[in-house]
Amino acid sequence: MSKVLLKVDGLKKYFPIRKGVLNTQVGDVKAVDDVSFEVFEGETLGIVGESGCGKSTTGRLLMRLLEPTEGEIEFAGKMISELSNNEMRKARRDIQMIFQDPYASLNPRHNIGKILEEPLIVHGMGNAKERKQKVLELLEIVGLNEYHVKRYPHQFSGGQRQRIGIARALMTNPRLIIADEPVSALDVSIQAQVLNLLQNLQKDLKLTYIFISHDLGVVRHISNRVGVMYLGKLVELTASEDLYAEPLHPYTQALLSSVPVPDPTFEREQLIISGDIPSASNPPSGCTFHTRCPFKKEECSQVVPKMQEVKPGHYVACHLYDAIQHSMI
Amino acid sequence: MIMRKKLLEIKGLKTTFFTDDGQIPAVDDIDFSVHEGEILGIVGESGSGKSVTSLSIMGLIPSPPGKITGGEILLDGKNLVTLSDKQMQKIRGKDVAMIFQEPMTSLNPLFTIGDQLKEAILIHNPKWSKKEVFARAIEIMKLVGLPRAEELLKDYPHQLSGGMRQRVMIAMALVCDPKVLIADEPTTALDVTIQAQILQLMKDLNKRLHTAVLLITHDLGVVAETCERVIVMYAGQIVEEAPIQEIFVNPKHPYTQGLIKSVPDMRYKKDNLYSISGSVPKPGSIQEGCRFAARCEFAMDRCVQETPPLYEAAEQHKSRCFLLEKQEVKQHVESVVES
Repeated sequence: MSKVLLKVDGLKKYFPIRKGVLNTQVGDVKAVDDVSFEVFEGETLGIVGESGCGKSTTGRLLMRLLEPTEGEIEFAGKMISELSNNEMRKARRDIQMIFQDPYASLNPRHNIGKILEEPLIVHGMGNAKERKQKVLELLEIVGLNEYHVKRYPHQFSGGQRQRIGIARALMTNPRLIIADEPVSALDVSIQAQVLNLLQNLQKDLKLTYIFISHDLGVVRHISNRVGVMYLGKLVELTASEDLYAEPLHPYTQALLSSVPVPDPTFEREQLIISGDIPSASNPPSGCTFHTRCPFKKEECSQVVPKMQEVKPGHYVACHLYDAIQHSMI
Repeated sequence: MIMRKKLLEIKGLKTTFFTDDGQIPAVDDIDFSVHEGEILGIVGESGSGKSVTSLSIMGLIPSPPGKITGGEILLDGKNLVTLSDKQMQKIRGKDVAMIFQEPMTSLNPLFTIGDQLKEAILIHNPKWSKKEVFARAIEIMKLVGLPRAEELLKDYPHQLSGGMRQRVMIAMALVCDPKVLIADEPTTALDVTIQAQILQLMKDLNKRLHTAVLLITHDLGVVAETCERVIVMYAGQIVEEAPIQEIFVNPKHPYTQGLIKSVPDMRYKKDNLYSISGSVPKPGSIQEGCRFAARCEFAMDRCVQETPPLYEAAEQHKSRCFLLEKQEVKQHVESVVES
């Protein structure tokens, strides 16, 4: 097993809800609620979930673009969650992010050369000549050309913009890349190009990815391990093969059977769960999924299920597997 | 397959946008028909003209800059293109209804669900009594699976979740029993578990009410699960048309083949994803030849010079590619040799 690069323990992010003239705090939105996981060097960890499950917030917390309410983040042996803002800025050289909307995340007034050079200036890397060289090198790597340097973001197509976003993330030679829905805004044919690029880069540059997406097909394709989130909590975490072959958590099962498969001959039993995702400001008691769960037991509405290792490397937070866990011990 | 009556027939439809950069033919000479009670899918990437097609049918092309510059849209034999705005208003919502991608922006935030639903009924049935309108509103809300219908009528759109809003939109669209329902990316803004609910609802309603559905989407999975036939559009043209079983098993056009291969399949892992090189051309930028030629791995010299017609590949299966001409010739030769 390879080395642990990133270790997250009990990560929480509560956003206060304030009301009234005095702006008193009346509650919390529990965007991320007690999430723990590890990322190994060289792997891709996928994080899937529906809107509002906290997957993007998790990504932002890891880079400390948002301050965690509680919890520890350890990156390459360093406690990131305890660094000062100044130290954190330096640490971001090793952790970079790719965003969903490549247009909104590129400054429209800067040309591509400037956009790509900026991370190097911020981190004080190289002299002017070396920086220019590096820009050209990276453009080449992501499949763009020298003559793109003088162009502006609006002159590129969506797929090309996402390539620029990727090149920018790679400028500082990072070890970990957090990709937040990097292909969601792209058309299918372009999406495949960008996914292949990301995979090739990982091989060539020995990168580690955290890949956040709502698209289960894409996550399956790119990830070694996958974590499933629901209402701020990680409900299942395992190797990608296992998750898709044998999902254990009822939510994962429902999620997987809801995805339309591009094959009309494919027959399956669909488990369509009723109801909507509850609000994160007022999550259900006990297991947050119990309001929609077809296998609900009495304790589900009272006791919060703990993450337990049901099979080697297969973690699930569900009371249905309590018995299995006990018999294993 | 039983031949069903053609309900909506599109013949040589051309919709052009007149902009400062010149004329942009967003939809360029397309023909297809929607049969009674079927679900027909239109797939395509952004800029393929699939949404402009649906807006053209509804008479909702923003004008200026857009205009239907040719062709006919026949609904039960009546040509919608030549109708006046007033006549079109009588058809819109009654004979053809539409639901949109973003249910929040399609509902008026200042009026209750009840107000908006009743308005849709009253426009086409001005003589109905309050009681009748109310009864119909409740009936249609129950039909689309909305709970607590009576209370919900008093709610405002922001009080509803995305899935419920889309159900309200479907209720509004179906309230006057349209013959054709056009659904433009109805589930794109929704989460997968909610998407599954809405697709199931649309299939149920299609079976129960026999409303023909024209489903426009970019998601091949959605097409595979809901439609009976599918049309693939690329750069304003139809490039392939086939029954659903055909198109996934035996796609004929290189674009369709590439599109199907580039979708990551949840069921198994591929080492490397197939990808179509290049990007979708700007509408109007290709005047001559096959519009996919620049990205096609089978492109020949001829593809750049001539525009391929739609060839009949099999029964009910058409594809716009010169490769099929050879096949037609081959089939012809084979049949000659055999005889």
